[in-house]
Amino acid sequence: MDFNELLTGSLQQALGPTAVVYCLAAIGLNIHFGYTGLLNFGQAGFMMVAGYAMVTMSTIWGQSLWLGVLVGVILTVILALMLGVPTLRLRADYLAIVTIAAAEIIRQVISAAKFSDDLGGQDGLTGFIKPFRKMNPFDEPVGIDGVVMWSPNDFWVMTVGWLLVVAACLITWLLMRSPWGRVLKSIREDEDAVRSLGKNVYAYKMQSLIIGGLFGALAGFVVALRSATVGPSFFATDVTFFAYTVLLIGGAARVLGPVAGAVIFWFLITVLDIAFGQMTAGADPIIPASIMDSTQASLMRLIFMGLGLMLLMIYRPQGIFGDRRELAIDGR
Amino acid sequence: MAIALRRGATATTALVLLGAVLAALLTVMAGSPAHAAETRCALVKPTDDDTISILGRICDRREKPPVAVPGVRVTVEDEAGEELGEATSSEDGTFVIDLPGTSIEHLGKSYTVVLDESTLPEGTKPEITSRTIDINLDNDQTVIFPIGDAGPAKPSKFTEALQLMVGGLVFSVLLAMAALGLSMIFGTTGLTNFAHGELITFGALVAFFIDRLPGRIEVGGTEITVIVGVLGAFLVGGVFGWLNDTALWRPLRRRGTGLVAMMIVSIGLSLFLRNIYQYFAGAQTRNYSQYGAVEPWEIGDILLTPKELTVILLGVAVLVLTTSLLQFTRLGKATRAVADNPGLASATGINVERVIGTVWIGGAALAALAGALLGVTQGFDFQLGFRILLLVFAATVLGGLGTIWGAIVGAFVIGLFTELSTLFVDPEFKFVGALLLLIVILLIRPQGLLGKAQRIG
Amino acid sequence: MDAEQEVTGRTPGVDVEASRRALAGIEPTPGVAKPDPILVADSVTRTFGGLTAVDVAHLEVQRGVITALIGPNGAGKTTLFNLLTGFDRPDTGTWSFNGTSLGRKPAYKVARMGMVRTFQLTKVLSKLTVIENMRVGATAQRGESLLAAMVAPLWRSQEKANTDRADNLLERFLLAEKREDFAGSLSGGQRKLLEMARSLMTDPELVMLDEPMAGVNPALKQSLLGHVKSLRDEGRTVLFVEHDMDMVRDISDWVVVMAQGKVVAEGPPDTVMADPAVVDAYLGAHHDAELTFEEEEKILAEAEAEIQKEAQGHE
Repeated sequence: MDFNELLTGSLQQALGPTAVVYCLAAIGLNIHFGYTGLLNFGQAGFMMVAGYAMVTMSTIWGQSLWLGVLVGVILTVILALMLGVPTLRLRADYLAIVTIAAAEIIRQVISAAKFSDDLGGQDGLTGFIKPFRKMNPFDEPVGIDGVVMWSPNDFWVMTVGWLLVVAACLITWLLMRSPWGRVLKSIREDEDAVRSLGKNVYAYKMQSLIIGGLFGALAGFVVALRSATVGPSFFATDVTFFAYTVLLIGGAARVLGPVAGAVIFWFLITVLDIAFGQMTAGADPIIPASIMDSTQASLMRLIFMGLGLMLLMIYRPQGIFGDRRELAIDGR
Repeated sequence: MAIALRRGATATTALVLLGAVLAALLTVMAGSPAHAAETRCALVKPTDDDTISILGRICDRREKPPVAVPGVRVTVEDEAGEELGEATSSEDGTFVIDLPGTSIEHLGKSYTVVLDESTLPEGTKPEITSRTIDINLDNDQTVIFPIGDAGPAKPSKFTEALQLMVGGLVFSVLLAMAALGLSMIFGTTGLTNFAHGELITFGALVAFFIDRLPGRIEVGGTEITVIVGVLGAFLVGGVFGWLNDTALWRPLRRRGTGLVAMMIVSIGLSLFLRNIYQYFAGAQTRNYSQYGAVEPWEIGDILLTPKELTVILLGVAVLVLTTSLLQFTRLGKATRAVADNPGLASATGINVERVIGTVWIGGAALAALAGALLGVTQGFDFQLGFRILLLVFAATVLGGLGTIWGAIVGAFVIGLFTELSTLFVDPEFKFVGALLLLIVILLIRPQGLLGKAQRIG
Repeated sequence: MDAEQEVTGRTPGVDVEASRRALAGIEPTPGVAKPDPILVADSVTRTFGGLTAVDVAHLEVQRGVITALIGPNGAGKTTLFNLLTGFDRPDTGTWSFNGTSLGRKPAYKVARMGMVRTFQLTKVLSKLTVIENMRVGATAQRGESLLAAMVAPLWRSQEKANTDRADNLLERFLLAEKREDFAGSLSGGQRKLLEMARSLMTDPELVMLDEPMAGVNPALKQSLLGHVKSLRDEGRTVLFVEHDMDMVRDISDWVVVMAQGKVVAEGPPDTVMADPAVVDAYLGAHHDAELTFEEEEKILAEAEAEIQKEAQGHE
């Protein structure tokens, strides 16, 4: 086995643009779920609306990416309001089902053949990236020689992405140490108690949904910039589930939980992927093809991830950095 | 102890009874096999590969039974009018046109199949010379060109609606079976099970593996391999449900794991199982060896295949039986009592864990049956259950989470709405419509159609 | 014993003794008018399925005194609490607090008006510390608005003042030692205390306590009693639901009895406890006559039918 490739590839992913995407998505979910107790299973929908908004402003209307970002932010807020109004008065599991349904509605409508002239159908959209790449200050690969390297484009996305992560974490920290954050945490514990103390629980939940959704929108922007394209497959239901896994690995209701979670998650996933890939590759693979071929090897990381999510939730629900006494998820 | 035994016996009797009815009804399906006479119009078997094929047949309906019309040229065009493939009908009137490329490329597109009138035998008139089909599933598509006296060029909205109702009813009963399991499990344990879709897929897979076993199973000259497969799916599905509960959920309940945590565990389980399925069964769409193409009966202007009728009747029978069991047996009453208030039920001497175990067995068996029958009606792949999971959720929430009749009513609303909405909107938006309906209903009636409002404090 | 305790917040010039004296001359009949009512309810009804949980024709709660709400299980006491505080919506009826109608007012607005409740099953915020639980209770916090929240200087001084007030209350409710503990680690009685103390952070005019003594060990009971009395003595009005008759007799100035959703009696504690209607309400109308076998059968059958109906209503 080639351990060098294993390490290099894993580090590349663990700090790379994809980890940034899931980190931002998980920061949003942390606000929703970790602090407020809202089960938003439609984070992929927020990401998709924002990503497509930014791209289409450029591809359809010929506007700048900046305006696209602004439109994406506005549409995300509108989406949060639309989802929040019918569901935030309901029980937690209703919100879960409605948000997951809404994300699926968004995905099916955007990817519909009917709108493929404007939205690209299943193929998605490209041809917007130039202005972003023009701003790229890096013109050759960056990294530590012999350990890990990123292409200039990737490193540019990473730079912007990790800066966004820093900003998002700072905002989360500022909010969560304030009385506002205290109300959110109280709602997570018992919303009737908070209501009995004269707080407008509904309004706080709505604000939480919007703010967490906006962090999801940032993730959507980074998805588009990372791949130089947006397509429906980037925003499938599983994306939200992966983001939850990221959050739970790092620890919910911890400001830096999603950051640690994203890095660890992508490191492990890539290690598994490369390891099984190597073990099934070549003429005389370590694992015989009758047991596992290379297609099956690519499934192993998802199998392990499902198993990992279950075990994590059962044996260490507070995540790696969480405090069990202060754990967000328990007997309700 | 005596009571517990009696309760166990009731459960067993109920399951046996359910199995018997299942078997009886499935033989109806076997009673109408699709055997083609030589001059009769044959049906094409779907091809078992990754590509999408357009299958069709050209029949002269002036004869009874209709006879095949060979030697007719047929072409397939895409939306831009570009020709993608052609074929000529063979001796039995059938033709197969493979669409170039993989199935993914064709999803969501629509193609027009055109009949070359000049190649028709003299003195015959086609009722219709071109048909447009939308590719929504990665299944092969079947078109039929009846030849004869010119009929109405386009079916009326009413006929179309009736035809869609058939498909809607099939989907509804299958959805209802799956939803009933989900709802009962939610009702008794509070678990929102995101891995319920995998219980559905499990059924389709069990039936498939039984079907693929070497040899065929026959009774009195009629092959019943797939019927045995469906029955097997029902039974093994129940065992799988028991395993789910015993190995995972019961220990978690004992530990006092919270409901939200259990919900996330179920997401992990769903991911795990789905990829295990793909590992062993591959990613392609599968069909069973029987009932792939069954000749439909024409009732008025509506086409109804024996298998559709069987599924509807079987489904209704299973639903009636299950609800009667819940309504009238001791165990059923105990189940509803647990769903209402587990603490109180336990205090009155009901063995709550036993009830939950039975609910898992029954719920998973129903889901597996739904999966196997979905496989019979439309084919399946490893994502079958995951894809319809949201509709199952929609059905249960719509009717009222945790209520028995709610799940069934919700399933019929969703199932019929999904199909009938294609009268007015593009078929590619039919799921979107159903999910929107869910959100709208929650806005108006948060507790669902048949749910009761909660009391606070 | 509580005379020395600090009197905080809004003490709207209520002369407790005057209020109590004013009650003395009132005729003890259900729905009787009070000289200075803080809370007035008219024909409030609420049904669940076929069951009428609350059907109160008229009820007034006198300002500045302790009123007890008693009645057998299922009499509708908690439901009435829910209705009055906006946690549930009645089918019919009007009710007002300090002359302001509360119809369709959401719970949080009711609380802001100065009418704060506690819950039968104590609702502490388990994963927050005791002091954080207290701070949440403070009203009109600048730092609770989203934009100001990120700028600490805007709310820091107010937070400091709230914390001081919270510490005083914790001291008074004997919870100061637990200040930094998670609320989830407290005993049942301490939770009741914390909930009561937290509700005082909102500086309420009317405190509604739902079974403050339930699950509290006898040692703590006396101190809890003292706390409830101290609320009155600092000028607040108290309405509480309780089963413990000793407590009711000991501290309440007025008692309202509910049975099957209706107010069946009210009056001073001693008068009410001697009322045969109250004894009936608690023990059932048949309590003194031996049940014949037929009667027993009939009652059982009725109960069975009701359960059936209930079960059907759920599907």
